[in-house]
Amino acid sequence: MKPRYELCIEIGDIPILVHTDSAEFAGMLQDRYGKFVVGRRAAGDPNGETPGCGEQRGAQHDSESAFGPPSTPCRVSDFQFPVSRFELEVELLPPGMMSDAEEARVRLEGGRWLMERGDFRAEWDPESHRGWVRQSANPYSIDAVLRMLHTLILAREGGFLVHAASAVRNGRAFLFAGVSGAGKTTISRLAPPDVLLLTDEISYVRKDRSQDSGVRSQNAEVGKQRVESRQRDDDRKDIALDAAPLTPGTWSLTPAFVAYGTPFAGELARIGENLRAPIAALYLLVQGPENSIEDVSQAQAVRSLLQNILFFADDNELVQMVFQAALEFAKCVPVRRLVFAPDARVWDLIG
Amino acid sequence: MVGAQIPVFRFGYMSPLYIARSNEIAARQLGDEMIVMSARDSTLFSLNNVGLVIWQAADGRTSLEDIVKNKVCAEFEIAPEEALKDAENFVRELAGHGIMRVSDKPFE
Repeated sequence: MKPRYELCIEIGDIPILVHTDSAEFAGMLQDRYGKFVVGRRAAGDPNGETPGCGEQRGAQHDSESAFGPPSTPCRVSDFQFPVSRFELEVELLPPGMMSDAEEARVRLEGGRWLMERGDFRAEWDPESHRGWVRQSANPYSIDAVLRMLHTLILAREGGFLVHAASAVRNGRAFLFAGVSGAGKTTISRLAPPDVLLLTDEISYVRKDRSQDSGVRSQNAEVGKQRVESRQRDDDRKDIALDAAPLTPGTWSLTPAFVAYGTPFAGELARIGENLRAPIAALYLLVQGPENSIEDVSQAQAVRSLLQNILFFADDNELVQMVFQAALEFAKCVPVRRLVFAPDARVWDLIG
Repeated sequence: MVGAQIPVFRFGYMSPLYIARSNEIAARQLGDEMIVMSARDSTLFSLNNVGLVIWQAADGRTSLEDIVKNKVCAEFEIAPEEALKDAENFVRELAGHGIMRVSDKPFE
């Protein structure tokens, strides 16, 4: 019986357990997702024991040793993977069996999501939370599948992925949206050292489930915001950072949405910090002669947001959900136009 | 050889056209703007104030000609024939993206 390898890739607090029978591919995923791999194990020996044990969820990752030869056998039940998870089985095909077609298609058939592009074919059952991918051994195909899966999962709970860089400063997240060339990577590169980069390409937005939307609870006396970190430890670290005073009219309500770091990098080619923080503002990037922040109408805010949201499936129910999420986001989170030169002084306006 | 017929939009010359908003859309009015998203292809539309009047009047029972005559021309300074021509182009484009239904008979 072939050994089985499993990685738990957790993005946005949503763990997806990926199964493969290729140690090489598992190592490839470990390298690609780095700190977003919160658990891994090798399993499937005939005696019900598992080689490569000792890899507990959240342990410090070392991609070279992650799937090395078994040291001490131990039982599958010894591993503490996330209880609530989604599972994806990867079947690797020999190179050359897929096409170069770049257009991705996502459709619902018989209650299952079918996702396909030239380089992969995948299926996802939203009820059982399980699916499979057929692809060659490369990290790009499954990356596309993961993005699609997350958009499908997030849509049902009022979240979305959006073409935007995002970063945390003083405990609050700021999103910088724009199409390719708008300056997402540039503004990420210009970020000063106190800024933690979540992504320079695709931001991960979820509703803040810890509190009701629109409840006024920001406490100026406390003057602290908390950023939760899950980079290394299973137990979530809370990093308290000094928060800048609230700007009246800019952020008077508790942010109802939070941004998470993602491994989905753009030109910066650097995966984001595995953090989350309440979203303080969304900036629509425009390059111009001087740095400035300008108001936009609510209609423009919604329109711009919808234009930047990643959306793969042509499905009436999902369209309604994403549309509603964009409306709610624009209602709760200040959306502004950020004109930038571009130079590092633009960050004087942020946070 | 008979060339392709080019439709001429004049009041009373064309058979009536009825329009109804599709059910497979997401839409919300924000200020003077109507934002509409097609569930068929996720295309996003932003309707201006004239488009908004037509959109709101698209009940499936009122003809486009009546909508233009009684709503559009009543609110905006625009020649009726030009307005009807533009309106028909407008609704046909929306229909092409599945966010408007167009028929020569009233909708049930």
